[in-house]
Amino acid sequence: MEAINIKIAGLGGMGVLSASHVLAETLFLAGYDVKKAEVHGMSQRGGSVASDIRFGTRILSPMIPVGEVDFLLALAPEWVDLHRAELRPTGRLLTPDSVAGLANSRSLNVALLGALSRFLLIPETVWHAALAKAFPEKLHASNLAAFQLGREGKGPHLQ
Amino acid sequence: MSKPKRIIELNPHGIALLSGDEAIALAALHCGVTLGTGYPGTPSTEILETFADLGGNAQWAPNEKVAAEVALGVAFASGRTLLTMKHVGLNVAADVLFTAAYSGVTGGYVLVCADDPGMASSQNEQDTRRYAVAAGVPMLEPSDSQEAYDFTGLAFEISERWQIPVILRVTTRVCHSHSSVHPHRKFTEPLKPGFVRNIPERVMVPAHARPAHRRLRKKLAEIEEWNVENGPNWTIPGSENLGLIASGVAAMHALEAAPEAALLKLGMTHPLPMKLIRDFAANYKRCVAIEEGDPYLNDALRAAGIALEPRLESYRFGELNVNRVRHLLAGGEEPQTTPPRGKPPQLCEGCPHRSTFSVLKELDCIVAGDIGCYTLAAMPPLQAMDTQICMGASIGVGLGMRHTLPEEQARRVVSVIGDSTFLHSGVTGLIEMAYNTPATGHVVIIVDNGITAMTGLQEHPGTGRALDHSRAGRVVPEEIARALGIPNVQVFNPVKELDRFKQELQCALESGMLSVFVARQPCILAFGKIKAYEKAIAETAGDCACAQPVAE
Ligand SMILES: Cc1ncc(C[n+]2csc(CCOP(=O)(O)OP(=O)(O)O)c2C)c(N)n1
Ligand code: SF4
Repeated sequence: MEAINIKIAGLGGMGVLSASHVLAETLFLAGYDVKKAEVHGMSQRGGSVASDIRFGTRILSPMIPVGEVDFLLALAPEWVDLHRAELRPTGRLLTPDSVAGLANSRSLNVALLGALSRFLLIPETVWHAALAKAFPEKLHASNLAAFQLGREGKGPHLQ
Repeated sequence: MSKPKRIIELNPHGIALLSGDEAIALAALHCGVTLGTGYPGTPSTEILETFADLGGNAQWAPNEKVAAEVALGVAFASGRTLLTMKHVGLNVAADVLFTAAYSGVTGGYVLVCADDPGMASSQNEQDTRRYAVAAGVPMLEPSDSQEAYDFTGLAFEISERWQIPVILRVTTRVCHSHSSVHPHRKFTEPLKPGFVRNIPERVMVPAHARPAHRRLRKKLAEIEEWNVENGPNWTIPGSENLGLIASGVAAMHALEAAPEAALLKLGMTHPLPMKLIRDFAANYKRCVAIEEGDPYLNDALRAAGIALEPRLESYRFGELNVNRVRHLLAGGEEPQTTPPRGKPPQLCEGCPHRSTFSVLKELDCIVAGDIGCYTLAAMPPLQAMDTQICMGASIGVGLGMRHTLPEEQARRVVSVIGDSTFLHSGVTGLIEMAYNTPATGHVVIIVDNGITAMTGLQEHPGTGRALDHSRAGRVVPEEIARALGIPNVQVFNPVKELDRFKQELQCALESGMLSVFVARQPCILAFGKIKAYEKAIAETAGDCACAQPVAE
């Protein structure tokens, strides 16, 4: 199986790193070889953050080559233009518009994972397990709701 | 070992998804490391944090040199020690390493040094492989988390077998990328700690150091032989047209970029297994070394007469990736691409450093700065820092400018340094200030936000809490300044006492009185955590008091 490449991008504090953690965990639990690369370290809020997640039978480089992103999850519209050139011609873009109707913008990251989940053949229970493992219990209900909203959303936004 | 806060769960195949840093920590635990020590620095910080969470015994030292010395004591006493730092930390610790290579060790001494090609969060992109050669210590380079785990164990074995410190060189992408790890735990047992007197090998006076240097070179020759025969190097066969030589994460990029090529993947890159490389290279029409940073393999292999294609200078800069390796192999000049830059980080809204620097800007100070979150004050809109080189440099650089500038300008110079940075390497600068005082005096401002914020909120000697946030000794910066005889030492809250701070600073600049001002207000990201740590400490102290029978 060819590697499938997912990039998640946004600003520090938007939940890029927790979303990429849940995604990598889900893919790992589903039995794939997974690599996740992110650059982090600075504490301060507000700088750009991006995370690369790759999965398949065997992943080599942890970083997605330019032009080979299959799914770009942009947590804010500004990040679409910044990373658009990294998408494959057939790549899909998932933005806040893909999950319209979200009650709490803090769960946007999880809602976008829900939207992504429509394209990946992974049992829903695996996603739920990874979400439950990653967040404290008091957030489980709202996360599940956000995930479901993304998963049931109206068709992909092909751009 | 303390009670673990975290347990690494394995999937049904016995595998976990771990970062390189986590994999090193887990291996250290499985190797029975007696003590982990180091100083925070991205991307190495999470190694000791994870090691402590897993139940290992770990502590932050005031700086990398002290950490390297503590580690050496552990290894002299036959314990295993894991020493961690970022690449620039090794500049601070180098004095220890160069002579520890001569003295040798008894227990395993593994120095994990994290390089940052591309400078995701560093002030330079120096290459630790040069240090391994200069100090004469063996070096292993993992390419993913599994190798990070395996090579940590191997590093302890090599260290104990040849009684020599070993460098485990990692890079940002190895430290912070997650990949599968099968933690097999097949490591040799540690020695039993105990003191053995060995003055000729432990006291490095010239008469002892001369034979020690010869011993070191003999060990390295033996290790090279072992590396050729049994080292952690592997080959993937491929087309006779192209043979690649690589180590670390660059080997992964190479495998992906040129699946048709043959690859010699080196796990131990000092001493290089030259015979192995020579035999490999002889089989291919075209031979290319794929490496990030300095042309370390390129220079060494070509000096050994191996017919290697020369590398273009542009590949010295920044991180490699699959695209760049493809370009490199296609030949010709590298196309100039600008990677997406995005938004740079800024001081948090409500950060106490903001108000301190707004005063320095208002007073038009010439600011000799230092490294930490507060370095962001050099960026727009504040632009209130004029120099920043390395940790601790603010005080010496400020003094040098005071000695040299025309008086009107000299009087505007202040040095600004963070609390963690002050205790790391600012104290000696302050001694210099007390000793070689400039004619116009000087002002040092310690911006004390109660934590090492930049690297992700680590404790330091000034917080009074240990790496695991339990109670520890506390060093108070203003008391150090007073003990040095500095006449004007004051503590302010830079947010609540802004006016007083401004007045006193103005007065100190005009009068030329030697001054140390501590601007103390916690980092807003750390504020809640600090409260929780202190509460937990108070509660355990309470428990102890209750549990103690009261003596009458
Ligand atoms: C020799 C060396 N070790 C480690 C680092 C990484 N590092 C940069 S700044 C810093 C400490 C910052 O703490 P502090 O001085 O308290 O400032 P703050 O970030 O809290 O404002 C560290 C550990 C470095 N740059 N150089
Ligand atoms: S993390 Fe703390 S010290 Fe750093 S910018 Fe934010 S508030 Fe300031």
